Amino acid sequence: MALNRREFLGASVAATGALSTPAVLAEGRGKPRVVIIGGGAGGATAARYIAKDSNGAIDVTLIEPSRVYFSCFFSNLYLGGLKAIDEIGHTYGDLAANYGINVIHDWAIGVDRADKTVTLAGGSVLPYDKLILAPGIDFVEGSVAGWDISAQNRMPHAYKAGSQSELLRAQIEAMPQGGVYAMVAPPNPFRCPPGPYERISMVAHVLKTTNPAAKIIIADPKPKFSKMALFEEGWAHHYPGMIDWIGEEFGGGLVSVDPDRMTLTIDGDELDVDACNVIPAMKAGRIAELAGVTDGNWAPVNAIDMSSKVDPDVYVLGDASQQGDMPKSGFSANSQAKVCANAVRGALTGSRVFPPRYANTCWSLIAVNDGVKVGATYEATEEKIARVDGFISQTGESGETRQTTYEESESWYAAISADMFH
Amino acid sequence: MATGVKTRVKLPKEVRAGDVITIKTLITHQMESGQRSDAQGVPIPRSIIHRFLCTFDGETVVDLDIGPGISTNPFFEFQAFIPGSGVFTFAWFDDDGSIYTDSRAISVV
Repeated sequence: MALNRREFLGASVAATGALSTPAVLAEGRGKPRVVIIGGGAGGATAARYIAKDSNGAIDVTLIEPSRVYFSCFFSNLYLGGLKAIDEIGHTYGDLAANYGINVIHDWAIGVDRADKTVTLAGGSVLPYDKLILAPGIDFVEGSVAGWDISAQNRMPHAYKAGSQSELLRAQIEAMPQGGVYAMVAPPNPFRCPPGPYERISMVAHVLKTTNPAAKIIIADPKPKFSKMALFEEGWAHHYPGMIDWIGEEFGGGLVSVDPDRMTLTIDGDELDVDACNVIPAMKAGRIAELAGVTDGNWAPVNAIDMSSKVDPDVYVLGDASQQGDMPKSGFSANSQAKVCANAVRGALTGSRVFPPRYANTCWSLIAVNDGVKVGATYEATEEKIARVDGFISQTGESGETRQTTYEESESWYAAISADMFH
Repeated sequence: MATGVKTRVKLPKEVRAGDVITIKTLITHQMESGQRSDAQGVPIPRSIIHRFLCTFDGETVVDLDIGPGISTNPFFEFQAFIPGSGVFTFAWFDDDGSIYTDSRAISVV
């Protein structure tokens, strides 16, 4: 049969159409549906990229209980008086208006993986073709003796930013002259590995001017921590004699607290504290457990696309996932979300799927304009997300280098905020 | 002159006569080796802990000569035989002449 040009074009368009028609359309259910639980660095990024890049071909629903998202990253700078609380608060209006994402402010309370539905606290049931879980962290009950969620107003964790951050800052400001600020640091793995130590730096920065005789005590169950040499050098330089870190070797993991009496007991020695920041052990956000995709405290995923090891139609992003070598950070979650979004679009619309690439950088501020960083690139292996190459700030760097590092972190914050919300 | 120096000692809570116990000690100290220069190229003078001494009721348990190659915040862990109740003393000798001391009484059960 001879083809003229018009017939050839018509035939090839039809063939292309047939190739890109997703299975769900063939089943006659309309547009494929993606439901995303959690609107943080993982979930908001995934929602935005799937909606933006699919040009309306995928129906995207984002479930997030908070109307205003306060980023955990940079919340220490709020504690240090360097940022206003509004500067770390973000809303979801642009995601709805610019990309047509269906933003639902409600709690997801159940996932039925057999029926492929999500149940909300408000009673609605949402069907999905692909489900993305990005619920962040919850705390392991009983991990700090004497502390539970009912004590979080007396001894805040401030590890989910917002009202807890404001509370902790008020308690720092209310400390008597020469008072004691204590932190119970968490065991590995946890959200933002340098976070507790940046927080100590920012608290010391405030106390140095408002309350110079105050003491800071850290009880830490770990023998060492992220950027330890950099922090210890910075603390000795900026806040000499103020900060006392008690690691595993000296009983830092043997702690209990009494929130009513405001005491902290470290390896049998009880001391009175004026402000006490308890950061308990962490686990994946509860909905991951309810969805049945966790193994222990975290949800194992495949490194190639962040899909769950137990369900190819469920993906887990960010802090909640157990993926390998990447630290639990906003940068990591954002990076993972882009890989996941690409894979989900590919599965639902036949769009091109690129090989995954992951990256992370964690910046920390030790004092005003004294910024440090640690970061790496990663690749997907059969087994896990594996570290390829990394970098870390050095001790003894010039003030100029440190200021440049800090300014880099501010640019990153603006960039990731836009990548998530605008 | 060293700033922010703090010593820390950890012993077991309960000890029986005849036990061999593990003792951990730490001193927060910058241990400036004397080999470095500051940003202006001026050598930074050596400032280290050069000796650590632990005794039990006056008898030497360990006596260490420490050189400038030892890193910041020297941590020492060692074991001692406990014949009975007594007092451990710990002393860290600074280049600047300071001697930082700590002591712990042991009551055997």
